[in-house]
Amino acid sequence: MSLVSFWFIVLVVLWTGFLVLEGFDFGVGMLSGVVGRDDQGRALALQTIGPLWDGNEVWLIVAGAGTFAAFPGWYATMFSGFYLAMVLLLVALILRGLSFEFAGRRDGRRWRRAWSAATTYGSLLVPLLIGVALGNLLHGVPIGADQEYAGNFVDLLNPYSLFCGLTLVLLCLLHGASFLALRTSGEVRGRALGVGRRIALPAAAAVVGFVIWTQALAGDGSPLSLLPGGVAVVAALVAAWQVGRGRDGLAFAATAVTMAATVVTLFVALYPRVMVSTQGAANDLTVTNTASSPYTLRVMTVTAAILFPVVLAYQGWTYYVFRRRVGGTDTTVADSTAGPAPGAR
Amino acid sequence: MSAVDWSRLQFATTSIYHFLFVPLTIGLAFLTAILQTVWYRKGHPEHLRLTRFFGTLLVINVAVGVVTGLVQEFQFGMNWSSYSRFVGDVFGAPLAMEGLAAFFLESVFLGLWLFGWDRLSRRVHLATIWAVAVGGALSAAFIMAANSWMQRPVGYQLNAAGDRAQLTDVWAVLTNIVFAWAYLHVLAASLVTAGVVMLAVSAWQLRRGATLFQHSAKLAVIVLIPAAMLALFFGGRLGINETKYQPMKIAAAEGQWTTCQPCSFSVFQIGGGNNDQTPTKIIAIPHLLSVLATGTWNGQVVGLSELQTQYSQQYGPGNYVPNVFIQYWSMRVMAYGGVVLLLLGLWGAWLVWRKRLADAKWFVRVAVWAIPVPFVMNTAGWALTENGRQPWIVQGLQLVRDAVSPSVSVATVVTSLTVFVLLYATLGVVDVLLMARFARRELAPTDVAAQEEQPALHFTY
Repeated sequence: MSLVSFWFIVLVVLWTGFLVLEGFDFGVGMLSGVVGRDDQGRALALQTIGPLWDGNEVWLIVAGAGTFAAFPGWYATMFSGFYLAMVLLLVALILRGLSFEFAGRRDGRRWRRAWSAATTYGSLLVPLLIGVALGNLLHGVPIGADQEYAGNFVDLLNPYSLFCGLTLVLLCLLHGASFLALRTSGEVRGRALGVGRRIALPAAAAVVGFVIWTQALAGDGSPLSLLPGGVAVVAALVAAWQVGRGRDGLAFAATAVTMAATVVTLFVALYPRVMVSTQGAANDLTVTNTASSPYTLRVMTVTAAILFPVVLAYQGWTYYVFRRRVGGTDTTVADSTAGPAPGAR
Repeated sequence: MSAVDWSRLQFATTSIYHFLFVPLTIGLAFLTAILQTVWYRKGHPEHLRLTRFFGTLLVINVAVGVVTGLVQEFQFGMNWSSYSRFVGDVFGAPLAMEGLAAFFLESVFLGLWLFGWDRLSRRVHLATIWAVAVGGALSAAFIMAANSWMQRPVGYQLNAAGDRAQLTDVWAVLTNIVFAWAYLHVLAASLVTAGVVMLAVSAWQLRRGATLFQHSAKLAVIVLIPAAMLALFFGGRLGINETKYQPMKIAAAEGQWTTCQPCSFSVFQIGGGNNDQTPTKIIAIPHLLSVLATGTWNGQVVGLSELQTQYSQQYGPGNYVPNVFIQYWSMRVMAYGGVVLLLLGLWGAWLVWRKRLADAKWFVRVAVWAIPVPFVMNTAGWALTENGRQPWIVQGLQLVRDAVSPSVSVATVVTSLTVFVLLYATLGVVDVLLMARFARRELAPTDVAAQEEQPALHFTY
């Protein structure tokens, strides 16, 4: 395998890791007001991700910086082309990130309400925008022969990309609900199970729709291109059947696999392109025409080979340390089923 | 104003804002780790209370630093896509390494530290705050390596078409002499910043009779004195290297239009901007500029006019002189501020030694008001180093005006700049209010430590 293909896979792993891990954080954020009806309940729901979300978000930062290092041409076109969407994404990430930190630091209804809104809507907006952005990589945007973006903000709002955004939001909701069921107890867990049952079918339907649409848009019918989509559909159906039924570990594993397979489906359909141009295939950005030099890729490979296992080890350990259910006295239930996110790493 | 100007303004605004939080985070993480280490070894509850007190300030501050850092990472691609294409091969690698080596470490272990008080053994929990501190210092290392490459590009070669700088020697990038001194300088400045903040907060609390804070005031003074001396020393070494690799930067910092040997240093001057080449120097100290710029008693400093002629011949016609006013005054703000803070530290040390710190009315008053000084100095430091690089984005390789995103319009950048300014202003107010609230919070005289060790169910951090 060539070095550029290897780095494409590394980036897919980073995006997958980010969305599997931070995906449930987004879901928990969106659902915090629903499953926890008062301040106390909200805080309890958010406590499940309190120690974890910041580390999960680093996967996004590394995916961005990794793109810069391995495929500068891709990074330059994507970030400048999606400019206003990126500004919105940054605002959402900033307000959401600070909401976890600031909400509990002062009393007062207005203060709490404002930061609760930041948690909820920030957690909604981020996966929506990321879904739309990733969808656009495959759907295609106007890119000229000079690799520069030649469109505007409205070009990003095409049906396929919007559907990708919707799918990602629904999937985060389901993933978050199954995570909450796994990590809480008592009333909050009960409501998380209820929400999960209600979201399960629409989310699974969206994943099936996404897989079919993606295949129609860019699939070549080869086994390799069908495999991740097939896994996504099967896992989504298992999730739809299991979420909210009480087998929390299995349900969470199913939503995690669904998330991972959905992300992989998109990138497999994309390869070897990294951004499709609507101005002719000759203008497509690919792994080869945007990549860094072989020397840089080798340096990055050695660095990642050394550091990545270490990161996985200590981040995995964090999940082990915070494996107990929050907010209840019946921690014995938790320890039997709750492991660190399976399939997540 | 063109898209280049707006993009510069946005990058400068967001960078300066981001860097208000970064040095305090890096320094305060170490000071908090030291406090917790003292508690771990001696077991006195007051050190635990101080650890948690300053840990809260650290966490509020980290949050803003982290989220504003995201904006910085995105902006290279958003506003400077031509730059990103040109240097991504060299510049992207340290950024990716920063994420892998430093951000994961800092973020994951901060979560463990915050929520791990009752889940981890004391020894392991102590290790987590040290991991946070090391993560912060490491992240600065990678970003400074990347920045130093822009000041003095090494370990690369241009591709055949000349439109891309390609990495040929990563070791050269990581051992760049400019990077070495600049990084040490930033680390020392971070400890100065955290030292002053800890001293000021402790002074405020001492004024109100919270004698507990004598311990943290003492730690702050002990850290502040060597950190301020080292910051001045490392800054000096950095200056000598800049004279070698970016002579324009240093000549502009003295407003030195004509070549001189030996060169005097003016304590301040009247006039002397880019349009006034004959400033009136007030109190000129003989030989001092030679010493600062070259490290020798009679060293030569090439003047701006001569450099301009030289650069025009080498790189083609154009204006290669940075804004002299900014250079001249940012250099002085930093240097004079450093000396003032060093004196403050020495004053504090004398009081600690005489065991009179708690009732030194004037000292605590002055210490409280010293709080903005390191932040002004940090900002001045970046103004000096980045403004002094102009008009280059990478010294000698690419001009700022060639680095901007061709697909991004003026209206778009004005929109984003407006959004960031409004958002940052609001967050700034919120952050200052929160920091002030927690810094002035009273600690109950007894038993707080025991209670605080059991976090309540709702947000405890």
